[in-house]
Amino acid sequence: MPNMSLKKNEMPVQDPMVRNTNYKEVALGYTPEQAVDEAKRCLNCKHKPCVGGCPVQIDIPAFISQVAEGNFEEAYKIITQSSSLPAVCGRVCPQESQCECKCVRGIKGEPVAIGRLERFVADWHNANVTEAPVKPESNGHKVAVIGSGPSGLACAGDLAKKGYDVTVYEALHVAGGVLSYGIPEFRLPKTIVQKEIDGLKALGVKVETNIVVGRTVSIDELLGEYGFESVFIGSGAGLPRFMNIKGENLNGVYSANEFLTRINLMKAYRPDSTTPIQPGKKAVIVGGGNVAMDAARCAKRLGADVTIVYRRTEKELPARVEEVHHAKEEGIEFKLLTNPVEITATENGWVKGVICQQMELSEPDDSGRARPVAVPDSNFEIAADCVIMSIGTSPNPLIKSTTEGLDTQRWGGIIADEETGLTSREGVYAGGDAVTGAATVILAMGAGKKAAAAIDEYIQNK
Amino acid sequence: MFEILEKKCLNPTVTLMRINAPMVAKKAEPGQFIILRTDENGERVPLTIADYDRENGSVTIIFQIVGATTEKLNHMNEGDCLQDFVGPLGRATHTDGLKKVAVVGGGVGCAIAYPVAKKLHELGCEVHAVVGFRNKDLVILEDEFKAASSKFVLMSDDGSAGEKGLVTDALRKLIESGEQYDEVITIGPLIMMKFVCQLTKEFGIKTVASMNPIMIDGTGMCGGCRLTVGGETKFACVDGPEFDGHLIDFDEAMARGAMYKPFERKAHEDVCNLYKQEVK
Ligand SMILES: Cc1cc2nc3c(=O)[nH]c(=O)nc-3n(C[C@H](O)[C@H](O)[C@H](O)COP(=O)(O)OP(=O)(O)OC[C@H]3O[C@@H](n4cnc5c(N)ncnc54)[C@H](O)[C@@H]3O)c2cc1C
Ligand code: FES
Repeated sequence: MPNMSLKKNEMPVQDPMVRNTNYKEVALGYTPEQAVDEAKRCLNCKHKPCVGGCPVQIDIPAFISQVAEGNFEEAYKIITQSSSLPAVCGRVCPQESQCECKCVRGIKGEPVAIGRLERFVADWHNANVTEAPVKPESNGHKVAVIGSGPSGLACAGDLAKKGYDVTVYEALHVAGGVLSYGIPEFRLPKTIVQKEIDGLKALGVKVETNIVVGRTVSIDELLGEYGFESVFIGSGAGLPRFMNIKGENLNGVYSANEFLTRINLMKAYRPDSTTPIQPGKKAVIVGGGNVAMDAARCAKRLGADVTIVYRRTEKELPARVEEVHHAKEEGIEFKLLTNPVEITATENGWVKGVICQQMELSEPDDSGRARPVAVPDSNFEIAADCVIMSIGTSPNPLIKSTTEGLDTQRWGGIIADEETGLTSREGVYAGGDAVTGAATVILAMGAGKKAAAAIDEYIQNK
Repeated sequence: MFEILEKKCLNPTVTLMRINAPMVAKKAEPGQFIILRTDENGERVPLTIADYDRENGSVTIIFQIVGATTEKLNHMNEGDCLQDFVGPLGRATHTDGLKKVAVVGGGVGCAIAYPVAKKLHELGCEVHAVVGFRNKDLVILEDEFKAASSKFVLMSDDGSAGEKGLVTDALRKLIESGEQYDEVITIGPLIMMKFVCQLTKEFGIKTVASMNPIMIDGTGMCGGCRLTVGGETKFACVDGPEFDGHLIDFDEAMARGAMYKPFERKAHEDVCNLYKQEVK
């Protein structure tokens, strides 16, 4: 008999006023009892609408019915047939706009907490099962992967399992891509990311950090003298965008990438780090995505008063609902329908405030979201000594400019076949944010998996 | 790991190190830089490539001890290994088609100016080197510059080495005496480069300045290294580090360079105190 409660089992979390001063994980995860109880809310629908909402088509009802039976390891095996990073995706996927929004239980009441269950299953596996990794027999073929974000890791993992000799080249000194330098510890503990990377290494994947492809080595060299038969490009979303408004280069203005990199990659929040950060007393974050929420919550933890400024309304905020909710609980103020037009300066060249315009929504634009337009004569100033720009990215031209014959879109994204990831260059595949522009972990992971399958086929049929 | 193959004190505050980094050495060109970390908790610091040897796979860096990391680096010795060493980053100096160039270096910036002068000299370009230091104890690479130039002018603030005065005085003299340069390349403190650029603008001589703003990743990901050049925001690590000196907003660059000064001073003191304790 299913559990007919209209509400999800609550996720245990750290108290907001405690957690907004520490970097420990906010959401603590279900207990086995809570997981079983939640799993019993699933009606095991024949037509599986949730699966249609999952970018990598995890067999959701199948894994949930195993959880309901208490067979957590079986559930794990079902998830990992389709996903390489369940502990990560269970934490960071926007479930409310993917699987959970298709859930029949959500028509009347709350949907089944699919994301929380996925996270539970992955954490349970990590805590209770120590697999002796079986290093597959080598098939003698070499593949290079550029970038160690979710797309690169997923591609490397699938190929290694098939016996390929895979080398991942990463520009930074740490592997993991955005999972390491972008998403903060309190949302995605770095031990989880490290575990994924260690898992790949156990499969025989070589991870070479400190290599910038396009500078240290080119794709043509990888395919030539280095002897790789195929290359996968998973180099991520690229350069942070700025608004090109007055005052943007003042001291105290950061891109969200810089702010988060200082904190997550360089550990600027820890006393033993030598990388500085100036969160200020009053921080204004510009933007409404996950990146903006992360920057805001980091600034809060560094002791700032934080205001998020976003030009549309709460409904249009692109961030995960849970992150918006957590940010509010932690005492972050939201100024919606607000758009910065200038950053003002102190005499010493530091930020003094942000002049904003009131906005209102008119008809939808190309992206389908209502277009914000300025209300005339509505300027007002918010006092601030730190401003964090979190308004998106544009592709890094480095790989394109150093790889002859690699075609990109007008906006700079690498052109790759949707099903295979094949680019305009034979043997060169691409996926993740480098192809789509800033998107999600699950889409990047899915693209890496598809490319791995295509690379396998390409090499086997050569 | 990136072993320190050679360490040499060039003057009391400037040190040269040759690092084992074959992949970087293979690709390095004058004008490019590397980013290093000394240890697991270290910050990422950019340093310009002063020289490279493709055959034995080594890259030479020259640094001034200005902060916590360079202090730590200076306490490392031959045989020790750096945690991270990535590069070559940035664009190489544009040298094509130049027939006559003045290379103007100041202080430790001369370490960056030297490989540029050398490369131009090797390409058959006529190089005039104008280098300036505060005093004679700080002079570096004098012989090297002499070997790479047809005219060498040494300036010092107090007159204890070469002529007394600023590099801009010397450059003005050269230009006014009728020397015609295709280009001036300047590398040194921001304030010096600013005045070099003002001078050359007066005479309409194309000038390239090498910028070294605060950087983190060095791959274009963070935007921390941004500058305003000709009214546009540029990232020094990918678009530079060299830019048209007549278009750079030097005042903004100077303000941004001072952003972490109080923090850096404190971190440097902390590190110095640590070493003092060790010595005791
Ligand atoms: C702060 C933040 C929060 C986010 N929150 C969420 C969330 O909650 N949920 C969600 O689903 N998504 C979230 N995202 C988006 C998600 O992280 C990305 O969509 C995903 O990581 C993209 O994966 P990727 O593999 O394409 O690239 P990335 O993760 O960006 O990895 C690319 C890697 O390639 C390396 N690289 C780049 N160029 C080179 C080169 N030339 N040579 C060698 N290496 C190179 C980079 O250093 C990097 O490590 C967030 C992003 C950010 C920045
Ligand atoms: S150093 Fe980060 S973008 Fe240049």
